[in-house]
Amino acid sequence: MIRASLLLCVFAISACQEAAQPSQQSALTIEEIRSGYTFLTAETQALQDDPFANPGLLWVDRGAELFQSTIAGEASCASCHEEGLHGVAATYPAVDESSGVLLNLEGRINQCRTQHQSLDALAYESEELLALTAYIFNQSHGLPANVDISGPAEAAYQRGYDYFQTRRGQFNLSCQHCHTENWGKQLRGDTISQGHGNGFPAYRLEWQSLGSLQRRLRDCDTGVRAEPLPFGDPRYIDVELYLAARSQGLALESPAVRR
Amino acid sequence: MNKPGLLDRRQVLTGVGGAIAIAATPLPAFASQEDLDRARRELFGDRLIQEGRVTVKLPPIAENGFSVPLNVSVESPMVADDYVKRVAILSPRNPLPNIAQFHFTPQSGKAVVATRIRMSGTQAIQAVAEMNDGSLWSGSMETVVTLAACVVL
Amino acid sequence: MASIRLAVPKTAQSGDIIEIKALIQHEMESGFRRGSRGEVIPRDIIVRFECSFEGVQIFAADFHPAIAANPLLTFHMRAEKSGRLLFEWTDQNGETWRDSADLEVI
Ligand code: HEC
Ligand code: HEC
Repeated sequence: MIRASLLLCVFAISACQEAAQPSQQSALTIEEIRSGYTFLTAETQALQDDPFANPGLLWVDRGAELFQSTIAGEASCASCHEEGLHGVAATYPAVDESSGVLLNLEGRINQCRTQHQSLDALAYESEELLALTAYIFNQSHGLPANVDISGPAEAAYQRGYDYFQTRRGQFNLSCQHCHTENWGKQLRGDTISQGHGNGFPAYRLEWQSLGSLQRRLRDCDTGVRAEPLPFGDPRYIDVELYLAARSQGLALESPAVRR
Repeated sequence: MNKPGLLDRRQVLTGVGGAIAIAATPLPAFASQEDLDRARRELFGDRLIQEGRVTVKLPPIAENGFSVPLNVSVESPMVADDYVKRVAILSPRNPLPNIAQFHFTPQSGKAVVATRIRMSGTQAIQAVAEMNDGSLWSGSMETVVTLAACVVL
Repeated sequence: MASIRLAVPKTAQSGDIIEIKALIQHEMESGFRRGSRGEVIPRDIIVRFECSFEGVQIFAADFHPAIAANPLLTFHMRAEKSGRLLFEWTDQNGETWRDSADLEVI
């Protein structure tokens, strides 16, 4: 990773600089749960709120087109999902009844492509998969995550929880250290948020593009100098489930705008 | 705060989380004030540029140089015999001094334009307007860019 | 295929100055970045935008690499009669993307 070494902008979390928020805690309480949105400057918030200029909407529009379109003579998504998919994204990740596998929305879309449309699965971060995911997430905009973590999902939730608590990388830090115990503090001129996934797929200014939640997770793992998991790795899907449950009723904001 | 901070001052982190995400690193060349002056001469020759009539708006602090909202307006009635022909946007600190050039007509109604620009570091962005009578006017505004300059362009 | 968003009022009074917004999906790769293996990522940008009304140019822009990805433009037009607005973006290789919107002056 040449880029990593070239990007050595050195930053410390200043624990001395007391943040207004309580920290050093093991869990977020309902009252203090805050979206990443609340950690942005007014200009970035305004871009997210702009119903025309939020760049993530370019992908939402494209997703709406793809949803209606017929590819290689196969039935369109819309032909089987005439009512649309309102509220569906809020329930993902979810266990697929037939296979017992935990699927995130990307996985579910790809399963429809391979099983119901005889098309190839789309790659993570491809324009098409991002567009469809953003379009379907946008139909749950404003709703709280509503994932099922009981029954067959329980084990996955527990694995996600464990991943979140486990120290990793050269910095030997867990997600918990940054996002539960030190949110509100400065890290390289950035404010650490509570690490919720409610804005994703999100348009990150640094990516200059829309990106999936897994892309963000890979950035965080890379950030502590750990080897990120490959896109679509079941362990990241477990983390997605844990994050959704952890966000305890935060409204979905996709496509959010983030730094 | 009773427990020792897990991330305290002794633990110096390098580019965690955000900066590391950038899939590319920049080439080191940056423009200077001289480059800006040269670019301006190429666009407008050696004609006199008066200060005024042009307002550049940028946020005082941009948290990320990849996309900074820019708004430029020029005082003008925008009618057939008195209008703004073009406005050039110039940088003294990006790899290239030219950012954009906007062309107006009397039908534009208003010489106001907004876009989003990349800024590699804290700098004053300059806008130079040429009127239909050939006179030149300029304005500028400085923005503090908090995300390190090296990673932007 | 680039996704395009336009914001043009459907109707205006004669003499109104209307606000027009145009957004297009494009990476605007600056040519100043290196990839993960140190190679320079070649420049790939939109260089020109034009907006015309019934064949008459209203507004145009020349872009350099410092225009942010997914370029957004907000500009204006004096509405005098009903007609069609044409929007056209051209990249450095001459590839173009077009869209249009109708305005009714009442
Ligand atoms: C031939 C019909 C068919 C087509 C075409 C189809 N689907 Fe599905 N889809 C289904 C069925 C049936 C289910 C229920 C689960 C299952 O059996 O796979 C489903 C489930 C889903 C779900 C989950 C719904 C829920 O409540 O959990 C999503 C999201 C979805 N499809 C998206 C898509 C998208 C996006 C496309 C186009 C790329 C698509 N589907 C194309 C039949 C289809
Ligand atoms: C060294 C501190 C650090 C660690 C460890 C870390 N992150 Fe992050 N994370 C950040 C920073 C900085 C950001 C960007 C600013 C923000 O939103 O918090 C971020 C952003 C996020 C976001 C996006 C939040 C939003 O609203 O946009 C999520 C989700 C996230 N992290 C999850 C995780 C998970 C899961 C882990 C463990 C695999 C993890 N992070 C580990 C520092 C960290």
